[in-house]
Amino acid sequence: MGRLTHLQALEAESIFILREVVATCERPVLLYSIGKDSAVLLHLALKAFAPGKPPFPLLHVDTGWKFREMIAFRDETAKRYGLDLIVHINQEGVAGGVNPITSGSAVHTDVMKTQGLKQALDAYGFDAAFGGARRDEEKSRAKERIFSLRTPDHRWDPKAQRPEPWRAFNTRKRRGESFRVFPLSNWTEADVWDYIALENIPVVPLYFAKRRPVVERNGALIMRDDARLPLLPGEVPQLKMVRFRTLGCYPLTGAVESSAATLPEVIAEMRASRVSERQGRIIDHDGSNSMELKKQEGYF
Amino acid sequence: MRASLKLVDPAIDAYDVADDVAPVAARERSLLRFITCGSVDDGKSTLLGRLLYETGAVFEDQMEALDRDSARFGTTGDDRDFALLVDGLAAEREQGITIDVAYRYFATDRRAFIAADTPGHEQYTRNMATGASTADVAIILVDARKGLLPQTRRHSYIVSMLGVRRVIVAVNKIDLVDYDEQVFRKIERDYRVLAASLGFVETHVIPVSARFGDNVATPSERTPWRTGPSLLALLESIEAAPAGDCEFRFPVQRVNRPDLDFRGFSGTIASGAVAVGDTVVALPRSRTTRIARILGPSGDQGRAGAGEAVTLTLADEIDLSRGDVLVHAESLTKPRRQFQARLLALGETPVTPGRAYLVKIGTAVTAARIIALHHTVDVHDYRTIPAAALEMNGIGLATLRLETDVVAADYAACQPLGGILLIDPHSNDTVALGVVEADAASRADRPRAGDGIVVALARFGLVSRDTTFDELRRRAIDAAANAGLTGLIASAATRDAELALAATCADFVLRPLLDAALGHLRSWIAMRRQNRREAGLSLDGGGI
Repeated sequence: MGRLTHLQALEAESIFILREVVATCERPVLLYSIGKDSAVLLHLALKAFAPGKPPFPLLHVDTGWKFREMIAFRDETAKRYGLDLIVHINQEGVAGGVNPITSGSAVHTDVMKTQGLKQALDAYGFDAAFGGARRDEEKSRAKERIFSLRTPDHRWDPKAQRPEPWRAFNTRKRRGESFRVFPLSNWTEADVWDYIALENIPVVPLYFAKRRPVVERNGALIMRDDARLPLLPGEVPQLKMVRFRTLGCYPLTGAVESSAATLPEVIAEMRASRVSERQGRIIDHDGSNSMELKKQEGYF
Repeated sequence: MRASLKLVDPAIDAYDVADDVAPVAARERSLLRFITCGSVDDGKSTLLGRLLYETGAVFEDQMEALDRDSARFGTTGDDRDFALLVDGLAAEREQGITIDVAYRYFATDRRAFIAADTPGHEQYTRNMATGASTADVAIILVDARKGLLPQTRRHSYIVSMLGVRRVIVAVNKIDLVDYDEQVFRKIERDYRVLAASLGFVETHVIPVSARFGDNVATPSERTPWRTGPSLLALLESIEAAPAGDCEFRFPVQRVNRPDLDFRGFSGTIASGAVAVGDTVVALPRSRTTRIARILGPSGDQGRAGAGEAVTLTLADEIDLSRGDVLVHAESLTKPRRQFQARLLALGETPVTPGRAYLVKIGTAVTAARIIALHHTVDVHDYRTIPAAALEMNGIGLATLRLETDVVAADYAACQPLGGILLIDPHSNDTVALGVVEADAASRADRPRAGDGIVVALARFGLVSRDTTFDELRRRAIDAAANAGLTGLIASAATRDAELALAATCADFVLRPLLDAALGHLRSWIAMRRQNRREAGLSLDGGGI
């Protein structure tokens, strides 16, 4: 790896991982969550299997509460590259009226994301699912393997992880077991943005500052993407120059005030930032170990 | 309501940018992978937390969480407990220890770093070894109050076994010995003695206080008796030489056949480099062909080197699949059925000779048995001990016999084809990792040096083909006696026979050999030039 730059080394490592899964698993799928990490992951998948197309579909586990711009971008991306896109919504959750506003972030995330993901993986019989998670995002992610073996119930046991020396992955599994695979494990937020700039990768415009209607709740700026977000008495959405560092369900995703409307400005702002990207994610703040618990239950 | 919330731009265009916006640093920065290891409570996690903090990789909200956690779980009184920045699992935070490897990321203008923070407890040695396997550099922590401990020896041995050749010994908690130079110097001396047999090419010893930051990011005034760079400056400048030799080896990872018009072989170059037009051999079946195209991440390229993930197309339709390895036509690499490997047992069930296992070498997986466990190594004094099986965390030297031919390389020559996994075919657990070693058993698969000399001499008409090695040895001794080389006769008569033989035969063996080799090399270079020209022409003509 001596002569490769660090982005080239990361790119090569990710391509190796993508190929290793396709060579050893029967039915892989790429968990496409529309954000910048998914954009990079998809871009790497396009490279890994060129001149062919990636030999797996994209799966979006929708919650019904994603930003509308995300959904439009998702559909356009699948069309642009001619890829199969599976969209799954947990219909039981919808029927039960689960939503991020009255059910709370924990229940909404569990039912619509975690349970929804398990339903989709079971329904299609996927035995390996790529995710764009990075180890620098969160402390329990930092201990996650690149090939994360899950039980037939999709559970993660942090104490029974397989050792992963070198880049030698033991890809054997029993019937019903599956892998969650994280090709971007060793990337940082800065690497992702630098690579997006270098490779000219399209991303959702929500990452760039624009005047958007937001309300301030518990210190977070929430964009009112549609009328389903009820206004509290006296609350009036304010137009503010904001952008998003991460994207999720809009009522659970805090915007940051920013004037960074171009990629170089976003990169400059990120470098100067003293706050981590997941700070805007309300679901992470249910306690220091909450991500670890969610992962044990089958969350990505 | 919806109309009043006109939020989204109706035309959602992907954001396009010129490709010159990434800072120069991001394009040219190199990558260094390192590991922190050492004994329990010597401050590995604290040191790494400190490095993250000093390089600005810890954000304010993480710092606030750290201060909350420090008050709740911390072991540093009223101070921030930097270890809590890296100990991410609930069990680790509650017990105040590191169980699993954590990977952490930070960067300076010169380098991007991937740090593996590894457990100090003996029972988690396997996790420490995993972290060491990809490291360019090891930081071995030593508690200044305690000096070298059994784990210092154990971890030093494992990093050496896994090919780490550059080591930084951080003598931590130097504040707790009042920054005493004598304490430091004794540990430094002791460590150099310990490491004498471990083959490190660089060993740096630095006094630090992870808790207070002495010599971590800047040289400390409290250790005026020491000159030299801080730990961070050393990490920025230390050489991260790519390991291995320069022989081209390409394990086929996957056949890429999207349609009838394209058939390529995807994989990551394990060592060496390859160019369009090169003549290559596909092992283990030894089919020869030429490289037609090299597709890299950004399209066609003329050559590619170690670590690059590429797709190769070949001039001929040869049978080639995952697990096969492409090498240059003149390569000496041969498929093997048997080799010796130094194993580290990872699982609860002991690794036992005679049992059926699977071995993963590069992209090949094949059934294997351990036919001999030569010894285990006591990592406290590096003695070898006979053993019937390898218990968890045990290290031993074994001979493996495989069911099919595979291309394995000596670990020192090529990590991707020399680092192996031993897998239990029933539980699918990875029960051991191993490094293939050059030794007597693997040499048995190749011609012996003595046989080679007979063949070479016969080729030049100097002896007949049926000459025995012993006969040759007698002649060599005679030749040496004629030349008055009595010392060599003595050694030729003893265990250094082959060496003595080679030396005495230099005149009538090596010189003709050298001439022949030079001639061969010249014609090979000429052939490659010719191939390149042809490849260049076909590339131009093909309009790729």
